[in-house]
Amino acid sequence: MALDKATVAGIATLARIRVPEEDRARLAQELSGILTWIEQLNEVATDGVEPMVSVADITLPLREDCVTDGGKRDEILANAPQQAKGFFLVPKVVE
Amino acid sequence: MAALTDLTISAARDGLAKREFSARELAQAHIAAVEAARALNAFLVETPERALEMATASDGRLRRGEARLLDGIPLAIKDLFCTKGIATTAGSRILEGFKPPYESTVSAKLWEAGAVLLGKTNMDEFAMGSSNTTSAYGPVENPWRRRGDNRKLVPGGSSGGSAAAVAARAAMGATGTDTGGSIRQPASFTGIVGLKPTYGRCSRWGIVAFASSLDQAGPMTRSVRDAALMLRAMAGHDPKDSTSAPVDVPDFAAALTGDIRGLKIGIPREYRLDGMPMEIESLWQQGMEWLRAAGATPVEISLPMTKYALPAYYIIAPAEASSNLARYDGVRFGLRVPGETLDEMYEATRAQGFGDEVKRRVLIGTYVLSAGYYDAYYLKAQKLRALIARDFTNAFQSVDVILAPTAPSAAFPIGERADDPIAMYLNDVFTVPGNLSGLPGLSVPGGLSSDATPLGLQVIGRPFDEATVLRVGEVLERAADFQARPQFIAGGGA
Repeated sequence: MALDKATVAGIATLARIRVPEEDRARLAQELSGILTWIEQLNEVATDGVEPMVSVADITLPLREDCVTDGGKRDEILANAPQQAKGFFLVPKVVE
Repeated sequence: MAALTDLTISAARDGLAKREFSARELAQAHIAAVEAARALNAFLVETPERALEMATASDGRLRRGEARLLDGIPLAIKDLFCTKGIATTAGSRILEGFKPPYESTVSAKLWEAGAVLLGKTNMDEFAMGSSNTTSAYGPVENPWRRRGDNRKLVPGGSSGGSAAAVAARAAMGATGTDTGGSIRQPASFTGIVGLKPTYGRCSRWGIVAFASSLDQAGPMTRSVRDAALMLRAMAGHDPKDSTSAPVDVPDFAAALTGDIRGLKIGIPREYRLDGMPMEIESLWQQGMEWLRAAGATPVEISLPMTKYALPAYYIIAPAEASSNLARYDGVRFGLRVPGETLDEMYEATRAQGFGDEVKRRVLIGTYVLSAGYYDAYYLKAQKLRALIARDFTNAFQSVDVILAPTAPSAAFPIGERADDPIAMYLNDVFTVPGNLSGLPGLSVPGGLSSDATPLGLQVIGRPFDEATVLRVGEVLERAADFQARPQFIAGGGA
């Protein structure tokens, strides 16, 4: 699969990574190379094969639905680049 | 007596028990070695004061006859493990300045067992790499050099700092993590022992996530016995990780009986690659002979889906990474690059905070998960994963362990293969299948390449059968009698 510059720009937007115009051609080439290599998987017939999500052969454990932890606002905020009054600060979202 | 920094964990435990030296002396010798090793760039953070505090506590317990499994043993921790109050970056700019308010389960268990923290080790950014050259904090240098060639070599990756520190005698052991080979390949490149346990054996809680269905923590040491000791301390069920297995942790060191008579050793015919260096093939043959001489029987097996493991991995791992790394958004921790809108802030932060390889993988992962491509790539890869795992299940009906090379080459110069991602990915051709299938794999130094750099042999076992893997590994270790030492020894040497 050959990706073009527009597709790279679209993926970059989905991934929320700014990719400047001048880098898109190089990335399109690199990613196309990787995807073409990956496509050898199509040689294998996989009809009826159950996809493997995890090797862990365990049922997800259940527990009582109750509070077991918390009250750590200051610890949680301690690493925030910007905070005020007990909240994370972000650029204005709602006009 | 040998330098304190030259001892194995097992020998140091004996020395501490007999009061030949104190935990504090052991810590001091290693703190000096960590400083002496700075040229390798193996450590991102050094914690000498913490080390001395912990060693003093160990000495107290040793004096009172309350010694724990790893009391006084100085260890390095890969910077992927969150350490409470100590900077944890995962080798990335985007986590610069992050000080976790909690401790990973695995490191907490090591401290409960009495181990001493020397510092945090350098690594490929978010564990994505096989040469430790993708770290935002510069490459790590391998303490080994090729004969007659002064170029700096990579230590392998992603646990390259841990591998270099242990090989250079700056740490007695270290933690690593292995998503596609990141413990075993650097162990092979630096002439040490590296064990990737069964998926679920060690808790992933508090380890910065790369690909959650593949990531697994394990020990990196200078002997198989040391790996057995460290694994015992690291392993165990943890309710905080839903994929952590509720199984008992055996005394792995007790399994090192040296007796492998009657074991069947699988030799996968698909692991003979075109263009693989002859010396890798010869070492593999030698490994078979060693095991045969010890009473085991090599048996040829077939793992027909082997060639599809790497491409399947390079869909699954980036897909999981693109999801896991969504949390680095400049809001809650780490780097923030300002932007007019929230989206611009996200995009600028992630553009500046992630390196090229991480961006490449997040973009690939985003693409293979996106509408219209999910079935063709991601679902297809998960089906291949099922077939790859089935190959191993079938093989283990007739053999007890599998013997293979660890990596298709020895360590290469820093900068080589840098402009060809796929050539770099091929480093993990013999290790990735074990991750996709969740199996334990151990790399043991087997010998030297033609230019006198280390080569590892890999033992792969059944799920949760690390005991047999270690037992076979120790037989290989004895037979190989690997005494070669790297050119650079931080501890001053013997």
